[in-house]
Amino acid sequence: MDIVKVLAIAGSATLLFLVLELIRRGRLKERYSLLWLFSSLVLLVLSLSRSLLEFFSKLVGIYYPPSLLFLIAFIFLLLITLHFSAVISGLSDKNKRLAQELALLKHDLEQLRARTSPTSGRT
Amino acid sequence: MKILVIIPAYNEEKSLGGVIADLRTHVPSADIAVVNDGSQDGTEMIARGLGVLVLGLPFNLGIGGAMQTGYRYAEKHGYDVAVQFDGDGQHVATEVMALLEGLKQGTSDIVVGSRFLKPGEYRPSFFRKLGILIFSTVLSAILRMRVTDTTSGFRAANRKVIEFFAGAYPEDYPEVESLVLLHRAGMSIGEVSVVMRDRTGGRSSITPIRSAYYMIKVLLAVFIDLLKK
Repeated sequence: MDIVKVLAIAGSATLLFLVLELIRRGRLKERYSLLWLFSSLVLLVLSLSRSLLEFFSKLVGIYYPPSLLFLIAFIFLLLITLHFSAVISGLSDKNKRLAQELALLKHDLEQLRARTSPTSGRT
Repeated sequence: MKILVIIPAYNEEKSLGGVIADLRTHVPSADIAVVNDGSQDGTEMIARGLGVLVLGLPFNLGIGGAMQTGYRYAEKHGYDVAVQFDGDGQHVATEVMALLEGLKQGTSDIVVGSRFLKPGEYRPSFFRKLGILIFSTVLSAILRMRVTDTTSGFRAANRKVIEFFAGAYPEDYPEVESLVLLHRAGMSIGEVSVVMRDRTGGRSSITPIRSAYYMIKVLLAVFIDLLKK
């Protein structure tokens, strides 16, 4: 077994293990882990099977098959960061709504307090 | 008719008192809401001391998020007209009447106070002038009407626009973009000539260095808005 193969298997297996462990401990929500799980699985399968790796690299015209692993990892990373950008956009919108709602509620609460205890005045 | 003047304020303790006193003298029929956009100075205390409505955001949202807070308040409490007014003393309270008159004619859903309809004393920096020219050319083409002062934050909106802005208001540099959104929602936009002052306190959010960045960002945002469904 050549060293590249050993490294590739060790790398993708470690990644898969880390992802699974994070999910198991509840540190990674399933909906955010799907892409990670899928990408580490694909990388592991391709690292294990030299013939599969060679088949796909020939298909896209890559001369040195292990390069395909980099390409796949790169594409998955792009997808994952794009996914995160979308998630962050949604979160920041919700965050804004929460802040606005809080300001409006705070105001309502102050008005209510002022109305129910006129002797104590405004606080 | 219920009128709400919305003043988004970020660290405006120096100018806010004068602005509010001015508004009370010249637009006595309107309620005044100060949206404190997470200021670090005494903005909120001063506003409370003056007895105006205070909407305190827990942290800084930026001008768009702060302005929308005011619109959401106006929507929730049944206001017929909302007036956007800067807390830095740039806008003149006596000119609010000109906006309200423009709205009363019923041909526009939002009336923008323009510095450039008539030659006045306003002297923008070179970059700002260039930006203003580009914006007004692009926007006039998109809106199919002549708009002279696209970056003006001095505007009066009717109930239809209040409801629209309560649901959707652009974030970073919202003046230009919001006009495109309104146009796409089928609302009509009008301009009236107003005079503006140099700011009495605080700093413009648009420094000369940022002008180019500002322009590119706003133009991008406008084109993205045009692509949106």
